[in-house]
Amino acid sequence: MTRLRLADGTAPVLVVLVVLLAALAFAGPAYAEPSGYLALLKRAAPLVVLAVGQYFVVVSGGFDLSVGSLVTAEVVIAARLVDGDDANTSWVIALLLGFGLLVGLVNGLVTTKLLVPSFIVTLGMLLVLDGAVFLWTGGAPRGALSPSFRVAGRGGADVPLLGQVPWSVVVLLVVVGAAVWFMRGPTGRLLVAVGDNEKAVRLAGGRVDRLRLLAFVLSALLATVAAILLAGFAGVSAQVGQGLEFRAITAVVLGGVVLGGGRGSVVAAAAGAVTLEALFSLLNLLGVSGALESAVQGVIIIAAVAYAARGAALRRLFPRRRPTAKPSTVDRI
Amino acid sequence: MAARELPVRHRAFAFTPVVVVYLALAALLVVGSVLVALDGGVLLDHGGVLNILTRSTVLGLVAIGQTLVIVTGSLDLSVAYLAGLCSLVAAETMAGSTAMIVPGVLAALAVAAVVGLVNGLVITVLKANAFIATLGVALVLRGYLEHNYTGPAGSVPRAFQHVGYDRIGPVPVSALLMLALAAAAWWYLRRTRTGYHMYAVGGDIDVARLSGVRTGRTIVTAHVVCAVMAGLAGVFLASRLGSGAPYVGTDAGYDLESIAAVVLGGTALAGGRGGVAGTIGGVLILATLDTIFDDLGVNSFFKDVVRGVVLVVAVALYARGRHTGRQA
Repeated sequence: MTRLRLADGTAPVLVVLVVLLAALAFAGPAYAEPSGYLALLKRAAPLVVLAVGQYFVVVSGGFDLSVGSLVTAEVVIAARLVDGDDANTSWVIALLLGFGLLVGLVNGLVTTKLLVPSFIVTLGMLLVLDGAVFLWTGGAPRGALSPSFRVAGRGGADVPLLGQVPWSVVVLLVVVGAAVWFMRGPTGRLLVAVGDNEKAVRLAGGRVDRLRLLAFVLSALLATVAAILLAGFAGVSAQVGQGLEFRAITAVVLGGVVLGGGRGSVVAAAAGAVTLEALFSLLNLLGVSGALESAVQGVIIIAAVAYAARGAALRRLFPRRRPTAKPSTVDRI
Repeated sequence: MAARELPVRHRAFAFTPVVVVYLALAALLVVGSVLVALDGGVLLDHGGVLNILTRSTVLGLVAIGQTLVIVTGSLDLSVAYLAGLCSLVAAETMAGSTAMIVPGVLAALAVAAVVGLVNGLVITVLKANAFIATLGVALVLRGYLEHNYTGPAGSVPRAFQHVGYDRIGPVPVSALLMLALAAAAWWYLRRTRTGYHMYAVGGDIDVARLSGVRTGRTIVTAHVVCAVMAGLAGVFLASRLGSGAPYVGTDAGYDLESIAAVVLGGTALAGGRGGVAGTIGGVLILATLDTIFDDLGVNSFFKDVVRGVVLVVAVALYARGRHTGRQA
């Protein structure tokens, strides 16, 4: 017997997402066709990629507050080094990935070796990166991106029936698919276990430090990918990544991933990011001013987290038949 | 006999985080004085002391409240927008009239208390994680501010500006007020029942609950006090600026900066350990760093870089030898 297996806390965000998508279809004629939803996914792609990276860190019990400033730094560096020349695109992208790797390694090593809470480590990294970017650019980034650098964020492939499928949607699907595959493997399961009970994993012989380090590196690398996508369609500025770290954490939590670690699925985190983007699109269509957008975002995330936290009590009121064997923590991916 | 006394004496002079913070502050003052002197200036002259103390006042007010919240094992990310909101409430209520000073201050503090209450209730009743709960409240406040204000509003009577600018010798009255509040907060944390409960809740909330502590009430109290302190910071900012400014709190980054000061002062981010004395040391260190950089004419963005490194290094030093492995 096959049935759709959802991790705890995944269902609510999917319900909210479906409701939002239905509302979008009523509110805007653009959403009567696949192209409207593809455009939505294209806008959501950078946040989804960031949220997947943030998920790795959050589920293992940490925070990564540095991703927003890392995105800014990557975009500014790319513009300066590419300088509008197509010939530079490939080595600059390689260099950006290297820079992301370095930032992730520093975050992870300081957290695991110097025992500094990840909140402080990545906050420090945020300050350092923000300061360094402004120091380097004086607030106005120089240089320009090349057309080939922008392909990932702007371009697309023609597919029958769907029309043009943006490359960023392809990247999104690849990242989410790879993340799901990774989380189903032994390393992914251990990562969740670290967030749930670090001591137990340590006693069982798991290399906790290495797993945490891996989470930070993955987060920083995915932030680099998000930066490349964002640079493609948003352009170059010193504010491009501002606030993205909180938005990514919001998306992850909206997906029912528990801060402090140990619970939540990667699909839900990605769905949380799409939900946020769908919410913003809907507010836009309904003519809600940009200023109130953040107020609505605030109310929504409080409601979502409160629902997830109080959900246990609600579920007791409306019991559902459950498999007799309660899945162990490690199985709850 | 001597052998028995020794460990006691040794413990009295232990390198607690508070001692380390003030040693670091002293070292920073010495190194800063030398650097500034090499540059042809004087760090600790009349103006320098005034500068350090003035910078410390607002951040100090916010950080005192943040200390209570963090000791309780919680976190408040809404203080920056709240300070901006309260500066507006105070300035708009006063509207330039001396008679409205007291109502203006009270209105601002009342608004702050309500926001703190909401923070506390969302965390305790709705069981939302403090990070998300206060981030959500911060976003709501931001939405309100962005929707209703485009720039400074309201005005403060001249009489009220004395709070921000008067001083006794080189010491601003406001800095004395801040230190008095810090002393009050220290007394509250160390000498009252609720203060002890905050440490208990931050140390282990389940144990505290089983020991009969009303954990929810303790957390709500911490958040209300924290918000009122942020409100005071807003009122003080209004007094200095002469009007309310919506983004005065966020431009200075009081949310993350206050958390940084608290952690720099040796308070554990996971809760249950630390206190106000260390926080004031942390605030003074940040203010001194800023003043030194200003005197040296260092690029303002370089300050952020150094601040980030100092923060991480400081916490790393505390964590050494204390292999708790707790994450926050």
